Amino acid sequence: MAAASPCAEPAARNKPDNTAFTQQRLPAWQPLLSAGTALPLFFCVGLACLALGLGLHFSSDTIRELELDYTGAPGSGHNCSRCGNASLAGAGACTCSLRFELPERFPGPVCLYYQLSNYYQNHRRYSVSRDDRQLSGDASGLSNPATECSPFRTDPQGIPIAPCGAIANSLFNDTFALYHLANGTFHPVPLDNRGISWWTDSNIKFSNPELVNGSLEAAFKGTAKPPNWPHAAYMLDTGNPNNTGFINEDFIVWMRTAALPTFRKLYRRVREGNFSSGLPQGTYRLDITYNYPVLSFQGTKKVIFSTVSWMGGKNPFLGIVYLVFGSACILTGFVMLAVHIKFQKQNQMDVE
Amino acid sequence: MHIFLLQIFGFLALMCFILAIGNGIWEHDKGYYFQVYLPWADGVTSAPYSGFLMFWSYVIILNTVVPISLYVSVEIIRLGNSFYIDWDRKMYYPLNDTPAQARTTTLNEELGQIKYIFSDKTGTLTQNIMAFNKCSINGKSYGDVYDVAGQRTEITEHTEKVDFSYNQLADPKFVFYDHSLVEAVKLDDAATHGFFRLLSLCHTVMPEEKKEGNLVYQAQSPDEGALVTAARNFGFVFCARTPETITVVEMGETKVYELLAILDFNNVRKRMSVIVRNPEGGLTLYCKGADTIVYELLDASCGPLKEETMEHLNEFAGEGLRTLVVAYKNLQEDYFQEWHQRHHEASTALDGREEKLSELYEEIEKDLMLLGATAIEDKLQDGVPQTIETLTKAHIKIWVLTGDKQETAVNIGYSCNILHDDMKEVFIIEGNTSEDVLDELRNARKKMNPDSFLDSDEVNIKFENPSTKSRILPEEQANGVYGLVINGHSLAYALEGNMELELVRTACMCKVVICCRVTPLQKAQVVELVKKYKKVVTLAIGDGANDVSMIKTAHIGVGISGQEGMQAVLSSDFSFAQFRYLQRLLLVHGRWSYIRMCKFLRYFFYKNFAFTLVHFWYGFFSGFSAQTVYDQWFITLYNLVYTSLPVLGMSLFDQDVDDRWSMQFPHLYEPGQQNLYFNKIEFVKCVLHGIYSSLILFFIPYGAMYDTVRSDGKAIADYQSFALMAQTCLLIVVSVQIGLDTAYWTAVNQFFIWGSLSLYFAIIFTMYSDGMYLIFTASFPFIGTARNTLSQPNVWLAIFLSIILCVLPVVGGRFLKAQLMPTVSDKILRKIRAAKKRPPPPLPKTRLRRTSTRRSGYAFSHQHGFGALIMSGRNMRPKLPFTTTGTFSPNSEKNRHK
Repeated sequence: MAAASPCAEPAARNKPDNTAFTQQRLPAWQPLLSAGTALPLFFCVGLACLALGLGLHFSSDTIRELELDYTGAPGSGHNCSRCGNASLAGAGACTCSLRFELPERFPGPVCLYYQLSNYYQNHRRYSVSRDDRQLSGDASGLSNPATECSPFRTDPQGIPIAPCGAIANSLFNDTFALYHLANGTFHPVPLDNRGISWWTDSNIKFSNPELVNGSLEAAFKGTAKPPNWPHAAYMLDTGNPNNTGFINEDFIVWMRTAALPTFRKLYRRVREGNFSSGLPQGTYRLDITYNYPVLSFQGTKKVIFSTVSWMGGKNPFLGIVYLVFGSACILTGFVMLAVHIKFQKQNQMDVE
Repeated sequence: MHIFLLQIFGFLALMCFILAIGNGIWEHDKGYYFQVYLPWADGVTSAPYSGFLMFWSYVIILNTVVPISLYVSVEIIRLGNSFYIDWDRKMYYPLNDTPAQARTTTLNEELGQIKYIFSDKTGTLTQNIMAFNKCSINGKSYGDVYDVAGQRTEITEHTEKVDFSYNQLADPKFVFYDHSLVEAVKLDDAATHGFFRLLSLCHTVMPEEKKEGNLVYQAQSPDEGALVTAARNFGFVFCARTPETITVVEMGETKVYELLAILDFNNVRKRMSVIVRNPEGGLTLYCKGADTIVYELLDASCGPLKEETMEHLNEFAGEGLRTLVVAYKNLQEDYFQEWHQRHHEASTALDGREEKLSELYEEIEKDLMLLGATAIEDKLQDGVPQTIETLTKAHIKIWVLTGDKQETAVNIGYSCNILHDDMKEVFIIEGNTSEDVLDELRNARKKMNPDSFLDSDEVNIKFENPSTKSRILPEEQANGVYGLVINGHSLAYALEGNMELELVRTACMCKVVICCRVTPLQKAQVVELVKKYKKVVTLAIGDGANDVSMIKTAHIGVGISGQEGMQAVLSSDFSFAQFRYLQRLLLVHGRWSYIRMCKFLRYFFYKNFAFTLVHFWYGFFSGFSAQTVYDQWFITLYNLVYTSLPVLGMSLFDQDVDDRWSMQFPHLYEPGQQNLYFNKIEFVKCVLHGIYSSLILFFIPYGAMYDTVRSDGKAIADYQSFALMAQTCLLIVVSVQIGLDTAYWTAVNQFFIWGSLSLYFAIIFTMYSDGMYLIFTASFPFIGTARNTLSQPNVWLAIFLSIILCVLPVVGGRFLKAQLMPTVSDKILRKIRAAKKRPPPPLPKTRLRRTSTRRSGYAFSHQHGFGALIMSGRNMRPKLPFTTTGTFSPNSEKNRHK
């Protein structure tokens, strides 16, 4: 009969394709979490963490750091209290100086930082209050700043502010001068203000508006200075045309807003003259022009001298966490090993 | 899933509320004074108002915890897994070129959670083909095949079939393997001849000759068709019938028997008889019926034969065959005439006709001589018993809902392994009143679990207290394996309002429930009942129009695309050609889909929590100002580009063990039924995991950057560097996490994971490049961040630290959990792992042979009333087929001469 003959079978038109993909037989690697993988992983990671932790810890320890708080909170008896009080009262510039000892030599290059605390550069409204177009020298940005800059977009007369925004307006404007006591007199320590910002910032992100008749001042014509500033932007460093206006490096450093409410920013480096190899042990004097008020919001101001290593500045955190976690890993590894040995027999029995 | 989304919304609102309060306090304590550098925004006059505004800002920032892209991904995964079902060659039936079909794409993962299967019988479990399989004639059993050594051997495709070519009238479709029976027929063994003569005479089959020489039987019951066909092939060809005669070609010789009476079948008698006069003039009564009934009617002289035949009957019954006992009796002419007279009177009586007739039947059907027994196989679909066994091992409860009679249903229950002798008891509910049914149900439950009647039982407490709204019953355990058979009319009572609780409690304690003689509506009601009282996923499978209601009622409906039309398939969610594909659908596709979906959900919630909560922590350090941690571009691309493909790859390809192991260890299915892989606890776990990761992802970059600088002394603790560091940590951590969750690394997974990471770095270096800034100044303010930050060793050290801090606890936790508190699937996976190392053992070929203690395999799909119809001749065509044409028989010439 027809049914019995093989040629009478219906054509397999609907038969699915026999591919590894459709049949879910794709070749695959099936790693398994077993004692053979988990235990070595824990021990290896643990040892690696310990090694890294030790390395970081020692590198961090080799970094010399000296912090000088000059906030001058009223009643602190600090040398700068006078200036602090003056800033609270809203008075103008004030100078104070600090004498300090370096207990040991700081090998060069030594960086000089200022640190602010309780200062919310990362506040959303603060950090957006700028106009990158304007800062990149765009003419339309100069005449018509972005709305984010408000309320520092235009002055009360409606003249656009350049640079606009809260960040620029709150530019840190304390200045420091360092003197080293040698042979009974204080000799100035040269401070280098070049190359303190990211290369990409000072060369690409920030640029001055096109000069008009060779004059930067003319380029800024029709703009107002930020209300807090004593001068217009083109007068930030009158002596150096490559460091004035938007490309002033102190300004650029300030404009790179900090992630956290306590932050330090690079002010100067000590790498010139007699001090190119570092700051020798001894007595120093720091003259501070105290312009920047922080006391009204319980902020603090510090000056920090620090050396750097391959891992950057002093930061014990990473080293400690690596050490703690590495030990924890190895400890857990032993616990796991014990558990594995204890339950191996029982688990083996389950298999059989 | 919706409940989880609501919880997430609640969680979101809580976070925003906390941050808004925080902002209020911050603005009051600090922001107010910080106005020297950052004046309040226009219109903000007080700290509380600022907090109120910040609530909404944070709703916008944190809304990524509510994964909107989840729905899209879920649909893609379901679609993919549905395609796998369509593509599966192991669910393709070559004989009618039918592939399996997923007709809905939204139920895949529920296939991995089935707890109850409701199955139709005919066409689903069985092929509705009856095959004469074995017989016992005069104390000798036929039908098994023995090898040279005398060992009973398995019947396979290669076993030599009996050649019926000597018989030109044989039905070519009939298959028999035991050659000794043919020998016996050829040797003119009297008992064998008598046996087949009986089969060719005692029935209500109608012959039909559609084409010349092609004899077809129209049998009202397929059992009878099988018996008459068997007789035909062995040389006793039933050719034609008139109301008065039956023509049989016996071993090539045409004989016309005078049909004197048909003692019809009914459910009480469970037997039928014919009285014929053979051409020689002898009167004989031929009877076939249930063994229990016919044995009572046998002549005392049959003693030893009875024993032997009973042994064979038990054997047949044990194999799940449907047995009938056949017997005959020679009648005296004068007695018969007198009986016939009374029979005529009784059949024309106006009242009490049935009773009178049955009295008469009983009178003549006694002192029968035993001939033997037949065993008919109600042919199951291929692989049904194995499938049932596998599904039972997977702790799926199987309920058979059939329109068939109780005997038939029970018989099939045994033959396809749903019922078996290891069961402590099979309860039969067949009460005809509401009270009877209630009693029967309660007695059954009392036997299974006496404690369930105590007042302290939690179900009793629950239902005594009317205030509890939920009707979901907890799982109740019986003290053994029980089966329940319930009749349609009893079911009607049991489904009535106050009794349905009793029914569902009793029935769900049983491992197996068979409902017979149920209507299509009742099928749906039973499914509805279980759905109402049990929090389980149900599946209904059937092939006919009468199953449509049940298929539509169950959570998942499966249609068998068979002979019975397309209605079942059209209303189903999944369809395929053979019942046996169900185990693959559930244990392989269902399980994988479920595992994949759960892994997907767990990972998706985790990655979005880890992503979003970092903003929450940052709020405490940024004056609760709704400052985001990451670059806006990263927030936009995170779900869309960076993390979408790896998780899709896992959800489309992952498998813990391959299909063969899944089928070999049905226990692996259980976590799905209990929904262990994604439930409230798992959800809380992934939320906690996400919170932990977000803490690490925030505080490690925080600590690493705090007060530090680059190695050249320049700033690195700026916002942009911090953002880049946090987002790089996050992306690598979630990528490693998906690597940990992936059990099955195909090339595609590798490509997706490594590709996404590479894409991330490619994109950030492009977006933060000088060129992009020069072209789109305002859009890409992060210029240079990637170069300046990622070149720093301590940044990488921090990234590495956050990865191991996020990942190693997970690894350790999983390892310890598998060691200390291994779940069932952990143990099985371990077993499989061990087994994989050894060479695979040959699959044991187990024939499901049961040594049964069942007494009767009687089942007969016959209906009352056909005897009378034949005797009246009303169903005969005016043109009698054989006596007039007589063309199909080789002996027709000879006949005419007679």
